[in-house]
Formats: sequence, C-alpha cells, structure tokens
Amino acid sequence: MAWERKVGKAMHFTINGKNYDADPDIRTSLLDLLREHLNLTGSKKGCDHGQCGACTVLVNGRRINSCLTLAVMHQDDEITTIEGIGTPDNLAPLQAAFVKHDGFQCGYCTPGQICSATGMLNEAKQGWPSHVSERLEGDVELTDDEIRERMSGNLCRCSAYPNIVDAIREVAEEPA
Amino acid sequence: MSDTYTLTMDDPIETSLLDTSAQGLIGKGLDRVDGPKKVSGQATYSAEYSFENGCYGFLVRAPFAVGRITKIDTQAAKALPGVIDVVTDFDRFIRNSAQGAVKSAPVQGVRDVAYFGEPVAIVVAEGYEQARDAASLVRIEHEAGSGNFDFAEAIADADIPPDGAAPATHDQGDLDKAMGDADATVDEVWTTPSQNSAAMEPHASVALWNDDGLTLYGSYQMPSFDRPSLADALGLETEQVRIITPYIGGGFGSKLGIAPESVAAAIASKQIGRPVKTVMTRQQVFDATVRRSNTRQRVRLAAGKDGKLTGIGHETHCSNLPDEVFFEPAGIATHFLYGGEHRRITHAIARLNRVLSGSMRAPGEAAGMLALECAMDELAERLGIDPVELRKINDCKRDPEKDIPYSSRSFTECLDEGAKRFGWDKRNRTPGKMREGEWLIGHGMSGSARGNQLQPSEARVVLRPDGSAIVETDMTDIGTGTYTILSQIAGELLGLPIDRVDVRLGDNRFPPGSGSGGSFGAGSSGSSVYLACEDIRRKLATAMDCEPSDLTLKDGEAIAANRRVSLSDIMSGEIEATGRIEPGDQGDEVRQAGHGAHFCAVRVNAVTGEVRIDRWTAVFAAGRILNEKTATSQCLGGVVFGIGAALTEELVHDPRNGKVVNRDLAEYHVPVHADVPHVDIRFLPERDTHANPLHAKGIGELGIAGAGAAVANAIANATGARVRDYPLTLDKLLDSLPPV
Repeated sequence: MAWERKVGKAMHFTINGKNYDADPDIRTSLLDLLREHLNLTGSKKGCDHGQCGACTVLVNGRRINSCLTLAVMHQDDEITTIEGIGTPDNLAPLQAAFVKHDGFQCGYCTPGQICSATGMLNEAKQGWPSHVSERLEGDVELTDDEIRERMSGNLCRCSAYPNIVDAIREVAEEPA
Repeated sequence: MSDTYTLTMDDPIETSLLDTSAQGLIGKGLDRVDGPKKVSGQATYSAEYSFENGCYGFLVRAPFAVGRITKIDTQAAKALPGVIDVVTDFDRFIRNSAQGAVKSAPVQGVRDVAYFGEPVAIVVAEGYEQARDAASLVRIEHEAGSGNFDFAEAIADADIPPDGAAPATHDQGDLDKAMGDADATVDEVWTTPSQNSAAMEPHASVALWNDDGLTLYGSYQMPSFDRPSLADALGLETEQVRIITPYIGGGFGSKLGIAPESVAAAIASKQIGRPVKTVMTRQQVFDATVRRSNTRQRVRLAAGKDGKLTGIGHETHCSNLPDEVFFEPAGIATHFLYGGEHRRITHAIARLNRVLSGSMRAPGEAAGMLALECAMDELAERLGIDPVELRKINDCKRDPEKDIPYSSRSFTECLDEGAKRFGWDKRNRTPGKMREGEWLIGHGMSGSARGNQLQPSEARVVLRPDGSAIVETDMTDIGTGTYTILSQIAGELLGLPIDRVDVRLGDNRFPPGSGSGGSFGAGSSGSSVYLACEDIRRKLATAMDCEPSDLTLKDGEAIAANRRVSLSDIMSGEIEATGRIEPGDQGDEVRQAGHGAHFCAVRVNAVTGEVRIDRWTAVFAAGRILNEKTATSQCLGGVVFGIGAALTEELVHDPRNGKVVNRDLAEYHVPVHADVPHVDIRFLPERDTHANPLHAKGIGELGIAGAGAAVANAIANATGARVRDYPLTLDKLLDSLPPV
C-alpha cells in the first residue's frame, strides 16, 4: 500500500479513491465520520434513522444509509460519496441529468438521491428484482414504476420526484 | 455607496422593462445556476460550517408537558468524558419558535414549560456523541401544572384573535336566511390534522462570537427579520448579529422565524467562549419547532338551481399555545374565490398545550381549501351540475366582499384548459360505478387560489466594465430558485449572459431582502433587483447620451441611436445601485391572487381501501412566469404536498399530554417516489401590472392550494362516499367499499 498508517489513528478508509485515517468514537456513525471528522459534507443528515435516504453513500459498490452504520464497522472499506461521483466542473451523467430535469429544489436530499440512483442502476443491471418486478429472474426493465419503487427510500420534501425519475430514466437508457 | 432607488407600489406599472429588453433570459426554462453545486455536494448548508476549537451542542428537553422546573441536575451529565458544560438561561432561552416576519423576540423563558419536549438546556461537549449521551443524563425536576390537550373541549373556550393574514371574522348579509331560501345547500364539517413541514434539512445553528458580536450560520428563511429577532432575544443591538444562510435545505414555513437551537447555541457559545454547532434531531424538529395547526371547519353553501351561490360560510377553529396570536387562516381564499352575497367567514383559536402552530406552506389555503373545494364538489353533485361548470358559474369579476377589481384573474381559463388537457369529458360520471379488476376508478378536480403579496425588499447591484455583475441581498433561496431568477432578471436588464451574473444571498452584510415566505420572495426581491438595474440603465443612458427607453443592452454591449459599444467603452469604473420595492396602495385597491385548477385520477382498492394516484393535470395563471422550469417545480412540489395532506400526513398528538407520537419520518408519512405519478403542469400567459414591475405573482404555494381536495373529490367519485376527516387513510374508506 502506498499510504502510511498514521500513529494513533486506529482506522483506515478508502473514500473516493483517497486514503483517510481516523480515530472515531465507537458511537460515531459513518455519516458523522464523513461530515464531522473528514469534512466530506456532501452526504446529508435528514433523520439519522435510515428513514429519509439523504445520507446514502456507496460502500464497496452497494448503496447504504450511512447514518445506520457505525464508522468502526468499515475498516478498509471502499466508500464513494457524492464528492466522488463528480464535481461542478465535471459532472457525472446522473448529476448532469438532475440539473437538466430539475430533479431537486433545495438540494438537501440530492446527494443521497444521486448516490442511491447510482447504486440502483447497478442493481438493476445485475438483475435484482424489486417489489414491483413481474419476475424474480431475468433482465430488469427499468420502467417508471420500477424506478419509483427502487428510489422510494429517498425522500424529497420539495417533491421533485417526477423530475428525478426523468433524470434517472434518461441515464438508464443511455447506451453503456 | 449609492442612493437607494425606491418604488412604492401605489400605482400599476403598465410597462415592464422585461418586455422591452433584449437579452432573452426571462421566462425560459433555464437550468438552476446553483444546480452543479447542489448535485455534487458542494452547496454548504448551515451545519456544514466548522471552526477551529468548535464543539457540539445538544438540546435537553422537558420530559413533561406543563409545569415549572424546580431543578436541573447536571451532575451525571457533566461527569461524562468530553462534556464541557450544561448551559441554560431560564429567561432568554426560547420557549416558542418565532412566527414569520417578526422582528422582535419570540416567547422566551423556559422555567415554565408549556408543551412536551420544550428545550430547556443545552449540553456542550467536544464530540457530538458525547453531547448526545450526556443530554440523556440530565435530570429535570418539576412541579406539574395543568394543561389543555383535548381539541374538542378547548373549542368551547376558543377565542377570536386579532386579524392576521386574513380578517379573523367577516360577516356580510344574512347567511342563515340565504341557507333557508336556497334551492340547494351544503352544511358539513371537515377536520384536518396537525402537520409538519418536514423540510429535509433539520434546523441547525453554528454560533460564534467576536468583538463585533454574534455570527450565526443558521438555516433561516427570512434573515432580515431573524436578525433583529435573534438580537432582541439575546439583548443585543441588531447590528451585533449577523446571520449567514446561503443554502437552506427546505423550509416550507418552518424556518421563517428563529427556533430554539439558535438562542441556545448563541448563549452556550458566549458562555464557554468557543464556536458551538447545534443541529436539531428530526425528533426535536417535530417536537419543538412549529406545526401547521389542526382545524375544524364548518362550510355552508347556499345556491339557486342555476348553481349561482347566494351564501357562503366558512367557520373555522384551529389550535395554538396560550397567548400566541397566530391562527390558521383557513378561510383566506373563501373571501375572494367565489361570489355570493351572504357571507360569514370566521377564525377562532382553541388553546392547547401542543407545540406552537404557525405558517406551513400556504397557511390558510392549504387547510381551508381541503374543505371549501370539497363542499363545492358536494354542491355540484346535489345540483346535478358539472363541478367545473359550477366553479365557472361562480367565477367573479370583482372581489365579492371589498367590491374591488382583481389585479388579474384567469380562473375560468385555467378550469377550461385543465379540463381539456385532462380529458374531463371522459371522466366517471356516476360515483362508485367505474371499476377495473379490484380497483375502483375515480376522477376529481378542484379550483386553486393563493393570495399574492409584496414585501419591502432591497438589493444592491454592481455592474463592472468587463461586462459582469454582482447582485447582493440577504434574500434566501430555499429551493425556490432565487439564485436563478435574480440572475435572469439582472442579466436581462443589464444585457449580460446569465453566467456573467454572480448572485450572493443569505447574509446580513447585504441589503435586507424580503426573505422567503408567503410566495412573495420572487416578486419582492426580483423587483428590488429590477429597480437597481433600472437605475444602472439610466446611468448608462446618460453615458450613451440617450433616453433610457432608447437604450438597448445585450451581450455586454450598449446600443442606442445607431451606436454599438462595449460596456467598457462607456464605463469609467463600476456602477453600483441599490433598489428597493415597497408595498403600496395596490395592495388595497385591487385583489391580487394567483389562480388555477387541479384534475386527478385515482384508484381505490375495493378490498383494502388503498388509494393510488394515477394521473394529474394542473393549470395555473400567476402573472409572468420568470423561469418555466423552476416555476413548474414549485407547483409540482405544491401538488405533492397536497397529495400528502389528502392521504397520509397527520401529526398524532398523545391525548394525555399533547406530545407528538409519530415524531419521525417513518411514522409521519410524506409522499415518496412510489406515491407520485407524472404530473402535467401548465401555465397560462398572464401579466399582472398591479403586483410589481415584473408583472409576476407568487407560485410557491399556489400548487398546494386545492390539490388535496382534488384527491378527496376523486376518492368520493371512485367510492360513492364522502369522508371529511383528513387524511383519507384506508381505514376511513373501508365502510364505503363494496362487499368483497
């Protein structure tokens, strides 16, 4: 490994491809580690109970609510936050589609929506069924109902929902 | 410094510069200028400011509803590692959050507890987890007092408040007689529950002090009001407080006034001499900020055979804490939406020991039209008249109470256009008779209206010779699109591409803006920017030796009398101007409101009573639309709030102590992705010369007005039965479903 474990820092994480060392309180959630200890404030805290999805990040490629998991459970994990998806000058296709379709208003749930959609598109690609899928096996066709169902863990009180679906559909339909 | 160019809206502005300018930015559905930052996590919200030596505050709340605190035992809390102090101030801590547009301190003093969960102290610790755990160890002893928790009982002693957003009472003619003489009547009672704005960002304040006073990074909608309010609460001069709030994670009314965490963080920070970050938990937001009041509304309608209303009554009760004057103005749209000579519209407050009630998106219309627009539907049914037709029959040319004209009103046009787009002629005409498999199909509609307001607002604009401009005002963008529309207005009037305009908001160092509330933000702050730009245009015209009306500005060039020069050629330095708009006689001489119509199709499961929304069309007219994309989103958000109000949203209060039982987002059900279909939203072209120089009216709340009633009317159409107790959850529908 190219990095050196800092003296006194018990834990190591790979976040957005960069190495981070930290010594969090054992009660610190992954979300608070990001926001309060590592200055990665793109992930948002809306409820701290896994009810709103604003804190969604990707851990080892899968979307999770980072408020529902303790930082100490993620030694050496690879974590992707909104900061790792794209920057204002170099937006990822999903981010650009959210801007184009006005898939947000206040912007507070947005990083979670985009991280969640990133994970969700991958799940669909791998053929994971959802509650509204007609079959449990085979390819997933991402209909609007499928997108809505799979994104329902991410609340948006400004209620940009239909625009978010438009943005996700546009990216899902792009040739890989 | 520049002089302030002020316009008071005493007279209509017949010609808007937005119609004669050349940049072509107005009205288009341009992307949000703050979009790239928001989608990449680079927009910074209040809790995301960190400072050297900063620490964390966590609020301690009363675990009882009413009483007087005799002792706060902090020993166990202070013994925990990392705990710095437990701070309280029985005199200055906020008991009730501030209402909107108030410059004085809200109710202070927390020795006396008036509602369950009232914040009474704050733990400060090095780490967030340490503060949180310590807060759970603070013991509060008290002498119990007696409170009122039963709405039905408290109605008997309800009081009539002073006039608020609407008159508390209005009596005209003889409604009882009109009801007796009518060919058809409706006389029913609707109830709506307490609701919570549930903005995704919880209330948060980061407080730090220096020699000049307090700086507070706080999530607040109206910094020009919140600043003096916070100063007053702390015993400071207004100038000693600076609120900074460039991005706000939604407000919907809940962040109009300062909330308890602001004063607690400020006092703790002062006491320990370090920056203190205090973020409310979601549960604290529910328990201890503000709710939309529950209501009881009796609506009476009297009409002739022709459908023409002769009488209209809307007698309402809401609830609030003792001594609070805010009432839910549920009859606010009833004053002007429909004609009828005999009228009685009243508001009374039942005093309850529940968390403060105040403004939530469209205070008045949102709750009131859930009753009024269903009553209109019931009247249509009794008369055998199409509900769209009934509303058109009762459209007015003049305000039926004040006998003044409307500033602009395209209500009938919205009804017609909506009906056409939706395919209203193909609706289910016999309630309870359209079925597909196990689903009952229903169609419903409602009218929409929201009063338009103007508030004093000020902005400074600086034009630079290089063809760029800076706009500064302490106005906020709570998701409404302020950054974008102010960029458009300045770019349009100064002839600059939108990316050459830098809009800076949410800082008391800038001129005082209207703040975001009551849908007045775009019209008010937009007008202040317009006026500043108008002043700059005059100066440029002088430099071009032409009349301002002969000056064209486009793409950084000035054009007049066959001369085309770049701005740098005629500007020796920066030109700065401050614009200020003031409300005037136009607020009284005409009735100003936006109007619209909702149409929706629902399915009701014949076995379970589950309701799904399949389709929605809404058409609005609200003056000039500044940005079609952000305006559409505003109305979309309103419609979805209406879906929540109709179907799922209800704060449940414990009847023993008023406590909010369902105080999180798993139990308080806001709509999710799966609840919302594609929503078709359209705007009709309209200009309102009485509203402001932009000719635009507010749209942030128009979308919710009437939306829930359209759902309720569609459910009645599907099932053939009326439920008048919101939200229309499936348990309330079971009795009206066909036998399995």
